Amino acid sequence: MFTENEILETIDMLDNRHLDVRTVTASLSLLDCIDPSAKKCAEKVYDKIVRVCARLVPVCESLSARYGVKIVNKRIAVTPVSVIGAASGGFTELAHALDRAGKALGVDFVGGYSALVQKGATDAENAFLDTIPQALTETDIVCSSVNVASSKCGINLDAVGKLGKLIKELAYNTRNNNSFGCGKLVVFCNAVDDNPFMAGAFAGLSEGECAINVGVSGPGVVEYEINKHPDYDITQICELIKRTAFKITRLGALIGGEAAKELGLAPGIIDLSLAPTPAVGDSVARILESVGLSSVGACGTTACLALLNDAVKKGGVMAANRVGGLSGAFIPVSEDAGMIEAARSGKLSIEKLEAMTAVCSVGLDMIAVPGDTSASVISGMIADECAIGMINNKTTAVRVIPVYGKTVGEEVDFGGLFGTAPIMRVNPGSPDKFIGRGGIIPPPVHSYKN
Amino acid sequence: MKAVVSVIGRDRTGIIAAVSGALAERGINIEDISQTVMQNNFVMIMLVDTSGSTVPFDKIGEQLQKAADGLGVTVHVQHEDLFNATQRV
Repeated sequence: MFTENEILETIDMLDNRHLDVRTVTASLSLLDCIDPSAKKCAEKVYDKIVRVCARLVPVCESLSARYGVKIVNKRIAVTPVSVIGAASGGFTELAHALDRAGKALGVDFVGGYSALVQKGATDAENAFLDTIPQALTETDIVCSSVNVASSKCGINLDAVGKLGKLIKELAYNTRNNNSFGCGKLVVFCNAVDDNPFMAGAFAGLSEGECAINVGVSGPGVVEYEINKHPDYDITQICELIKRTAFKITRLGALIGGEAAKELGLAPGIIDLSLAPTPAVGDSVARILESVGLSSVGACGTTACLALLNDAVKKGGVMAANRVGGLSGAFIPVSEDAGMIEAARSGKLSIEKLEAMTAVCSVGLDMIAVPGDTSASVISGMIADECAIGMINNKTTAVRVIPVYGKTVGEEVDFGGLFGTAPIMRVNPGSPDKFIGRGGIIPPPVHSYKN
Repeated sequence: MKAVVSVIGRDRTGIIAAVSGALAERGINIEDISQTVMQNNFVMIMLVDTSGSTVPFDKIGEQLQKAADGLGVTVHVQHEDLFNATQRV
């Protein structure tokens, strides 16, 4: 029998500290759906998703009731569409098939409108990239990602340049919706094959048939625990975060294992990321502030984030038998109440956020920038993030939203979990000539390990 | 299947009767029970065996909360593995 304190602590974490399972994501291979006919390929894709993932939502709901644990999102990640559609060229048909299948099953998102072009793009991949703005404009729950760099291959500057233009096009296409199309597109360096989080989830080519990957959350629990101990020194704080992360992760491992068992699918990985929401008490920024900063963005922020990120991993690794995905603290600006406040008051800049991405996952995430930010400036941001990821052997990403018609001082509300974003100032200098050169930035010397 | 039933709220007459009566009606056996007052809250914890339950596990919590409605308490019914996961190595 458990003690009253143990039971109450667990219930308190779930009921009052926003401890939840952020996502149960089914990672599904679509390689057997390839067909030279675009129509047939789309049919096969729809049928396979609806068949294999039929019970994903009901099983999650049943587990949610059994354990009293909220499962916020149910998602599906599929093999990159640039691969599945290469034989037919019918990429947008596949986007619609993913959208329809996801909606039929009641899942929140379907990820995998993706391409991996870190070393170069095939003709089909270039054609695919050009369809991203249209695909994300015409669909609702489809998410897209493009890997443009890796520590092994370097940075594909041609793709980086292209993505800047595509993001601008997507912002314009979705201008009546605060350019939100850009919130469904993420540009990666060192993308991982088993990420359960959106917008960057896809079923990598190294993955098996279908597996259940889980992302847990619980920044509120960590903040609450730290606030209980104002007398702790920083070593004790790290230990406290570790112990808390252990409990959070065990919850994810339990739900992931049970979901896989009930669905008859392979158990996948647990992603150890701390993922915030705009709700009060569910913020990564507030954790950093509880460690001892007046506001996120202050000097010391990068150090606090580094210790948080590392302690979460150390606790989480012990709690799950398979760890994967992005596994680090997320710092999306619009999705975190503390980040929103700091950005609004000017205490948090894009430059500081960039420094923070060097020590955590995942990158410049959900940042609204002025609508007149040029394509090459966006490409410059992507190139900078790729450089951080490539040199440090970590995943980095860019999900920026150049909000059409808006400028610094204004805000946009994306609604729900996507939150509110103050438009942030961008350095006015131009990387035009650098981006325009194109080519590949070679991988760093430490990538030659053999 | 074992579950932990927790009842938290202001102490008053009839809480144990309402919850244990509702469990008995559904064929759920109470294996262990403890109660205490913590920070002015009445806290009752039960370990129950649901293998003879006449209702699906997913519905027990909802039905027990309904049975205790009007008593001003919150009732949770959670599979014991939740606590094994978060509280035991």
